[in-house]
Amino acid sequence: MSIQTLMYIGGRLIKGAIVLLVIAVFNFFLIRAAPGDPAKVMAGEAGATDELFLQQLREQFGLDQPLYYQLWVYISNLVQFDMGITYRQQMPVFDLIMDRMPATLLLTGAAFLMSLLIGVLAGVVAAQKHKQWADSFITVAALIFYATPLFWLAMMAALFFSVYLNWLPSFGMETVGANLTGFDRFVDIMTHLILPATTLGLFFTAVYARMTRTSMIETTRMDFVKTAIAKGMTPNRVTYRHVLRNALLPVVTLAGLQAGQLIGGAVLTETVFAWPGIGRLMFEALFQRDYNLLLGVFFISSAMVVLFNLITDVIYCVVDPRIELSK
Amino acid sequence: MKKIFMGALVACVPLMTPIYAAEDGGTINVVVQPEPPSLMIGMYSNATTQQVGGNIFEGLMRYDQDLNPHPMLASSWDSSEDGKTWTFHLKEGVTWHDGQPFTSADVVFSIDKLLRETNARLRTSLAHVESIEATDDYTVVFKLKEPFGPFIRLFEVGTTPMLPKHIYEGTDYKTNPANHHPIGTGPFKFSEWKKGSYIHLEKNENYHVQGLPHLDDVYWYVIPDAASRAVAFETGKIDVLPGGSVENFDVPRLTELDNTCVTTDGWEFFSPHAWLWLNNRQGPTSDVRFRQAVMYAMDREFAKDVLWNGYGKVANGPVGSKTKFFDENLPEYEYNPDKARALLDEMGYDGEPVRILPMPYGETWQRWTEVIKQNLEEVGINAKIESTDVAGWNQKVSDWDYDISFTYLYQYGDPALGVARNYISSNIAKGSPWNNAEGYINAEIDQWFDEAATAFPDEKRQELYSKIQNKLVEDVPVAWLMELEFPTIYNCKVQNLIDSGIGINDAFGTAWIKQ
Repeated sequence: MSIQTLMYIGGRLIKGAIVLLVIAVFNFFLIRAAPGDPAKVMAGEAGATDELFLQQLREQFGLDQPLYYQLWVYISNLVQFDMGITYRQQMPVFDLIMDRMPATLLLTGAAFLMSLLIGVLAGVVAAQKHKQWADSFITVAALIFYATPLFWLAMMAALFFSVYLNWLPSFGMETVGANLTGFDRFVDIMTHLILPATTLGLFFTAVYARMTRTSMIETTRMDFVKTAIAKGMTPNRVTYRHVLRNALLPVVTLAGLQAGQLIGGAVLTETVFAWPGIGRLMFEALFQRDYNLLLGVFFISSAMVVLFNLITDVIYCVVDPRIELSK
Repeated sequence: MKKIFMGALVACVPLMTPIYAAEDGGTINVVVQPEPPSLMIGMYSNATTQQVGGNIFEGLMRYDQDLNPHPMLASSWDSSEDGKTWTFHLKEGVTWHDGQPFTSADVVFSIDKLLRETNARLRTSLAHVESIEATDDYTVVFKLKEPFGPFIRLFEVGTTPMLPKHIYEGTDYKTNPANHHPIGTGPFKFSEWKKGSYIHLEKNENYHVQGLPHLDDVYWYVIPDAASRAVAFETGKIDVLPGGSVENFDVPRLTELDNTCVTTDGWEFFSPHAWLWLNNRQGPTSDVRFRQAVMYAMDREFAKDVLWNGYGKVANGPVGSKTKFFDENLPEYEYNPDKARALLDEMGYDGEPVRILPMPYGETWQRWTEVIKQNLEEVGINAKIESTDVAGWNQKVSDWDYDISFTYLYQYGDPALGVARNYISSNIAKGSPWNNAEGYINAEIDQWFDEAATAFPDEKRQELYSKIQNKLVEDVPVAWLMELEFPTIYNCKVQNLIDSGIGINDAFGTAWIKQ
């Protein structure tokens, strides 16, 4: 990697840090604009409360301080990578997020890989068999998965595969209390992963398939492809070496977008399948007005987006060497 | 001082007598929804904290489904003739989960120090208590300022759990590490809590009741989606769905499954009472005729049959029928739209819009709001639905920014504990959605409630509470809807699941599995 590239990446990282800080300040005010506060929610859940109790809670959470002071405390802690304590669980926000991170990454990562592989492959096949039955089948299937609401698909999958066929578990990440280890535990987790990862991945599979297909068909009509065919290259080599590589750029852009959602993008799937991930943590924190926890998840998610935007840009150069990184 | 033995013969028989036919062993899988913030029952009174924590901790007494007290950590108690001195004799040989002995010092510390600071509801009742003293290791004496009728119903595990002094004394209660690893005296010990997934409790081998508990493990699963909870029960992975953990429209389908049992028992102590807050301060709802019209306009039998599958009972007044001192001879508000229209005409209602705030606790409450809106519109009331989430709901009700709002509250067995708080004027304060949020002010009612709490004996209390109920039914400070019943749905292999007035909250110490 050249010095110029490294300089570019360094510059982007610094800009990214500034963006993150601005986002954190913006989020800080945004969630405080919602009605109610964590003390009221907790008092409300308790079913009995008085002013003294609310006051105790607000003091404990530091919510009795003026807003500008709370912001100062939050931001100055944040730059030291301290995200504070969750109001509800009384645990460090960072620990709680890290505790949930593996589950989410496993789910979203599996869905990401699945959709990318199957989606691109389906797109290639559809483009190759343009206007034949395989193309129609893939296009229609992609359209259906693209248009179906995720939660409905998830419920139907659970009803069919768990209740009716009894093949796959309907909730959780592993069999609790079975004390499985090693390979058995791996198989157990994979069995639990199939339904949520598939439901989560289907939407993007459809998007990749459609995108790849269109892009491939367009590229096929280009002059250099004609040249390649005229040179006598095998059709497969033309497809994968020349067409696909050039058709991949829009797919890379989209994959970058999906990768940015690896942390917070699985709220619905995690909720329906009781998958112990970060999306749910965020969703619950929102309703409980657990400001610190919510800000923490927002922060990590936005860091992921910034990071993956950068990675996408770098990958562009690999896929298409004509693109150069520069300020 | 001559003492009379109050814990009559019945009360001497512990509720938790082992059943000899019961089989030992096995695991039970239960749904817990929403995930509790903590299991420290003394600092969090959330419903699910109580459900799990009630198996780890214990109170001095346990209450049956008629709300009679039975020995738990107190083996007997007696009171002086004037009802002002209560002496508790503690069970000997009880140990905490860490092996330390449970003594009177723990009782005094729990009630007088820790809970007085952390439990708002108990704090109100403790205002009647002058002193709490340990006279020896196994005796505690309560001196009351005046006789306080509901005193005998204060010792349920959720209200007054016994907490270990040797762990909490001199620490910051809210941040004590033991809150994450609770230590009680109950039939189950805390084992593991995988946040977002499950809570695991394991059998307390040194439990102080011989032969209990029967079960080896209890797992509480966090499944955030209501439909997924129903599916989990259908697949057989879940054995028990506590009341309210699936949507009402799923209940008939689930109860028809093979090998599925259902019960509405185990809510007697709480007797959840649902009503509409009617803002007495402003707008049409400040007129008593409007409020009476609301009562006549509502078809509550319809809501009960359609939305609650027929479970529950239409409530006509402030006191639930399972709560002590309920008066069954109250005048009734039947479904009568004509009467409602006549009352609205009489007051000259001009069609001023009223906002209805649903409770943000799931589908049933949304649908109930739609039913009420339609009922009100039929008699000419211009009703609009205004929806919000839990935090928004709390904010609006506790800041009195509403016209009509749904709610339901527990009664805790005695009007002085769970009813008075919603009608006495001294309990009007912003900041809580559970006090006198409607803003009803009536000096007579204030005085009667005050007298009734300390009247002695019970006949005098009944007289006062009957007067109160009649007057409130006439004034309609809030529009009572229903005494709710939440069916507990479970696999029929689970035996003896509900055997107290708090039901699922302390169920697993006595439950067993038929192999």
